[in-house]
Amino acid sequence: MREVSTELVTRTVRDLCLEANYRLPPDVERALAEARTRETSPAGRDILDVICENARIARDEEVPLCQDTGFTVVWAAVGREVHFDGDFKAAVDEGVRQGYREGYLRKSIVEDPFRRKNTGDNTPAAIHFMLVEGDRVDLLIEPKGGGCENMSRIAMLKPADGVEGAREFILRTIDEAGPNPCPPTIVGVGVGGTFELAALLAKHATVRPVGEYHPDPFYAELERNCLEEINQLGIGPQGLGGRTTALWLAIETHPCHIASLPVAVNVQCHSARWKRAVI
Amino acid sequence: MGSNPIKLTTPLSEEDVRALRIGDSVKLSGVIYTARDAAHSRLVELLEAGRELPFPVEGAALYYVGPCPAKPPRVIGSAGPTTSYRMDPYTPPLLAAGLRAMIGKGKRGPAVRESMQEHGAVYFAAVGGAAALIARCVKELEIIAYEDLGTEAVRRLVVEDFPLIVANDAHGGDAYLENRKPYQSLVLD
Repeated sequence: MREVSTELVTRTVRDLCLEANYRLPPDVERALAEARTRETSPAGRDILDVICENARIARDEEVPLCQDTGFTVVWAAVGREVHFDGDFKAAVDEGVRQGYREGYLRKSIVEDPFRRKNTGDNTPAAIHFMLVEGDRVDLLIEPKGGGCENMSRIAMLKPADGVEGAREFILRTIDEAGPNPCPPTIVGVGVGGTFELAALLAKHATVRPVGEYHPDPFYAELERNCLEEINQLGIGPQGLGGRTTALWLAIETHPCHIASLPVAVNVQCHSARWKRAVI
Repeated sequence: MGSNPIKLTTPLSEEDVRALRIGDSVKLSGVIYTARDAAHSRLVELLEAGRELPFPVEGAALYYVGPCPAKPPRVIGSAGPTTSYRMDPYTPPLLAAGLRAMIGKGKRGPAVRESMQEHGAVYFAAVGGAAALIARCVKELEIIAYEDLGTEAVRRLVVEDFPLIVANDAHGGDAYLENRKPYQSLVLD
């Protein structure tokens, strides 16, 4: 057993909240710069320039990239040999509380979906807990904006719909989203599992580094084709026309029921923020 | 953004607005007011009750934004646009009351576009996610209503050269539909 202090968890989460909100991951920044060289729409090029300049300002001045500093999604892979000296969930929420207060980040969470009173500290976080081998705690913070989250969809397709059905659903989701999720986006796709697992896979796919294909060549090919087709839709940066509608598309899969083919699409905006640390 | 932006200062006249066309680059200066979901709901309640709004709506520009807290010594925290369609149900009564411009991102519904033509109003797109850059255009900030709403309170901002693109004009033009066409090689049925 390895004893891990919840104070360390809090401090780590606090720091990750600041880092994630101030600095765009290098793979995303690189993808935006590369898209700028390929984009043929003048408005699209201007917008990509503005987005890259914004990332420089945020990094240099240590201010949030986007005013929507998101729902704090926490991917926590905890080794089975770890023992915490206190309440893990409370420690994560305390880290979010400190990070959002001290980092001048926006508090965007309401305590009830209908009565909508702001909790005032951006808690609670959305914690996805995974038990893994070893004695480490792997924490990944993904501040997820509301605009792109609102454009995400799930479909319970029939097995007979197959790859074609899934592709059509993905394309239609991005087409209908149009300018709303702040393109160029990163598209996370979850296929298989159950209703809730597909959505979780889609969200997890949004933190796969840009440029990293699925290890299975069948899915890597599908990722390549879907991304290419999305970029033929003409939506472009901010939806004002162009060839850069998505920077990347990642698919995650899971075994599923003989009757089902769940497909979930989670859209991530160009401010595709996440930051990871291992304790 | 764009070449030769049109410089405009608020309050805007109907003539200012009717001269704009989709795709035009604009640099907006002067006083603008912020409001998003929760504030819109309250503003429309006031209109329905026949009461005064907390700001002069005639010729006004509304910015759909919920800014980050200001990190001293700044005036405002990061402050990019939020997605506008959520304000659609509240927009026609505000346009009827004299609202002249809206700043946000993303598509508007048919009722808003029709009402914009009828009353002579413009919808500007700001670059979503460019919140640190846009914050630099804000020179003054004052909370004027609904302080209890936190980031959703109505703020009076003084902006200088806020870079915008005309997304919907007062003539029924829609940049999200039109400007996409030259780059679209795949059309879904």
